Amino acid sequence: MRLRLVPKDTKWDFFSRPTLWLGISGLLIVLALVSFFLQGLNFGIDFRGGTTIRTESTQEVVVADYRAAIQPLELGDISITEVFDPNFEDNQFVTMIRIQAQEGQEAVTGDVIRQIEAALQTVAPDISFVSVESVGPKVSGELIQTAVIAVILAIAAVLIYIWLRFEWQFALGAVAALVHDVILTIGVFSELQIRFDLAIIAALLTIVGYSLNDTVVVFDRVRENLRKYKKLDLKAVLNLSINETLSRTVMTSVTTLLALISLFVLGGDVIRGFVFAMIWGVIVGTYSSIFVASAVLLKLGVKRDWSKPSNTSGNQFANIDA
Amino acid sequence: MLQIDLWKRILIWAVVVIGLLMATPNGFYERVEARNDAVAALDLGYSGNGLEEQAALWPSWMPSSLVNLGLDLRGGAHLLAEVQVEDVYETRIKSMWPEIRDMLREERATIGTIRLQPSDPDKLVVKISKPEQIDRAASLVRGLARPVISVTAAGQNDIVVSTNGDTFTVQLSEAEKLATDERTVQQSLEIIRRRIDEVGTREPTIQRQGSDRILIQVPGIGSAAELKEIIGTTAQLTFHPVVGRGSNPEANPGPGNFLVPDMENSTDVSDSSNVYYTLESAPVVTGEELVDAQPSFDQNNTPAVSFRFNPTGARKFGQYTAENIGSPFAIVLDDEVVSAPVIQAHIPGGSGIITGRFSVEESTNLAILLRAGALPAGLEFLEERTIGPELGQDSIDAGRIACIVAFAAVLVFMVLSYGLFGIFANVALIINVGLIFGLLSMIGATLTLPGIAGIVLTIGMAVDANVLVFERIREELKTAKGPARAIELGYEKALSAILDANITTMITAVILLVMGSGPVQGFAWTLMIGIATSVFTAIFVTRLMIVTWFERRRPKTIEV
Repeated sequence: MRLRLVPKDTKWDFFSRPTLWLGISGLLIVLALVSFFLQGLNFGIDFRGGTTIRTESTQEVVVADYRAAIQPLELGDISITEVFDPNFEDNQFVTMIRIQAQEGQEAVTGDVIRQIEAALQTVAPDISFVSVESVGPKVSGELIQTAVIAVILAIAAVLIYIWLRFEWQFALGAVAALVHDVILTIGVFSELQIRFDLAIIAALLTIVGYSLNDTVVVFDRVRENLRKYKKLDLKAVLNLSINETLSRTVMTSVTTLLALISLFVLGGDVIRGFVFAMIWGVIVGTYSSIFVASAVLLKLGVKRDWSKPSNTSGNQFANIDA
Repeated sequence: MLQIDLWKRILIWAVVVIGLLMATPNGFYERVEARNDAVAALDLGYSGNGLEEQAALWPSWMPSSLVNLGLDLRGGAHLLAEVQVEDVYETRIKSMWPEIRDMLREERATIGTIRLQPSDPDKLVVKISKPEQIDRAASLVRGLARPVISVTAAGQNDIVVSTNGDTFTVQLSEAEKLATDERTVQQSLEIIRRRIDEVGTREPTIQRQGSDRILIQVPGIGSAAELKEIIGTTAQLTFHPVVGRGSNPEANPGPGNFLVPDMENSTDVSDSSNVYYTLESAPVVTGEELVDAQPSFDQNNTPAVSFRFNPTGARKFGQYTAENIGSPFAIVLDDEVVSAPVIQAHIPGGSGIITGRFSVEESTNLAILLRAGALPAGLEFLEERTIGPELGQDSIDAGRIACIVAFAAVLVFMVLSYGLFGIFANVALIINVGLIFGLLSMIGATLTLPGIAGIVLTIGMAVDANVLVFERIREELKTAKGPARAIELGYEKALSAILDANITTMITAVILLVMGSGPVQGFAWTLMIGIATSVFTAIFVTRLMIVTWFERRRPKTIEV
């Protein structure tokens, strides 16, 4: 007996309400953008400049005491958060302290760190700094710039590749799905105020890759079926293709999610944000490859005057497949 | 039908075996690491201390490259420094003054007396008493210009001389500035490397980034502050003639001179016991002409640093001391006077001793810095990160557990879904992870925390190619004639989807690698390698296993 997540030979109609699905996605995008513009992202020091210190102590943390101890040093805006993780031992208490970039200084000096350490020792004598990271405003500005460029480049590169391999309607559909995924991910990060740092950009690009992976598999089947069933209308072909690949789509998403969830639970707090972004991306990416990419393709329509399969659109890249 | 040539089979298994062999050292990380260190030490000519036994911990015929662990996993310090290239312009232009002065003095009859005017530090402004001869003076100074030594700026001179009334201004040309910047950064890179090597840590990364930045990563060092102490000091050592001495920090040193505080001055500027020296800007000799520096003790048994000049330095130093017996000269380290002794006698041998008020540790450090050479320019630190070794170890442990659990979950899930074919896919998955580690070790890539996430993600996604094929085989079984044909068609038809899907992911990984930095690049590497190996295992290894199984059993029907 085999485990089957998707029943055999599904004939679900995914486009009975195309406007509804596109509407939901549109609404979510609007919500994400509103949250982004109202609240903004909780940028980590990579993008904002400043210093983060990770402290560890065997004594229970009282954030107010920590704050009171550091306050006299006059370091400007300070945020102190306690970190919890199931992997910690019972007497392991961890905090993250974030200090804004100091005026006129690129990176924080060793003296300042020593002062903070001395100040905190009055509250928790055995406190130790397990990591200290400091990024100057000069670099953080550049990091934002490169990050944005990287995401745009990735989307553009993908657009071109799919355009070469398929048709421009496919490329637009895939990119619509990508932009949808990226915006929704940024929206979640701004809504939940999860720290947004360099690693999250890596996660975003991975989501771009993953979402595409899914979309391309569906599109590949659409292309095949368009040639195979010349009489069927586009909507039927899309439905057929999605149903045929549904089992694979779900299988892959589930194995990937299995791996990611174990990392989310067991992988430690340092990469939890990163893994969260990926889990979210896998879910949204799977959804969007069906309901956004294909729906956009349906709206755009595909020209189907292929006399011979070998002469798809007259470009040299359309037929490198085996 | 299902045919795979023998040579192809051998090639596929050979790649797998070699890949797995390359990965094995990582299973015995500490052991192999100790062995590699011991071998490196033996190569350098050290012996004893159990080095030979350590070297025998791992057979020498086995591959011994390991995956480098990134700073976030091993702990250590990371610095991003910007070289203040402008510093050098000032030194360069200042050092030209004695030459210009001496030359123009000989021409006093035609151009009159000359006087250096106060100006921006990166230029010399000179006033002459006969303004009508300004062009003559300028052309004389232009005669001192040398061609720029660089590939791109051939034929251009290193200085630009402009005139204005009775003054002329000497500046570095743009081409020379560019060439100087390049040299300064290269030199800084080299000196930082030497200083870190002197301290002797394992596998530091010292890389140039962009035009004037240097990235320094040293695993295993306590903190970024410690690292900064080693590389952050310029250790610019110069010997200057002393013009005067006083206690006024605002004193006007006059053109061609500069004011330097004593090393012992208190930080309180208004302290009247502070001493300030007025020195000639152009040094007699500089630390660049040192060949050796060692920590030592002076006659009073206080810590000191003894040094030796190279022949040119020794000649200049000897000549200067012979001509200036009885007058003081100052030893300046990074814009502070260490000491200003009076020259007692001609010092011909080119060696000497710096007595300051050092502790033993300070004198040892100073000797290291002097030996490695001075940084040509100051460094500004744009980014500093310290990661404690415990945090790194925690991350490794957590990552390992997560990997194992993810692995087990996917394995079970695949068997439940695809039965025997699921087992094939699982074997391929294990091979896949082995190959990732093998390749990472082979190219010496660095494994970072996001990199571990990349591997876990690959575990999830690697089965994708297999799933694509299996699903396709399932579909083909419904229509095709016989299982062999279904398997063949399954592979054939799934290929375009597999390639398209993976090429697009590869594109994003490449962009990450090019645009990203540090941990993100580590992630991009594992992702790229993971994509390559998973495609390889899915379309070659799994297929070979299925074909081999099919040939042996010849089943009439198959269930996928």
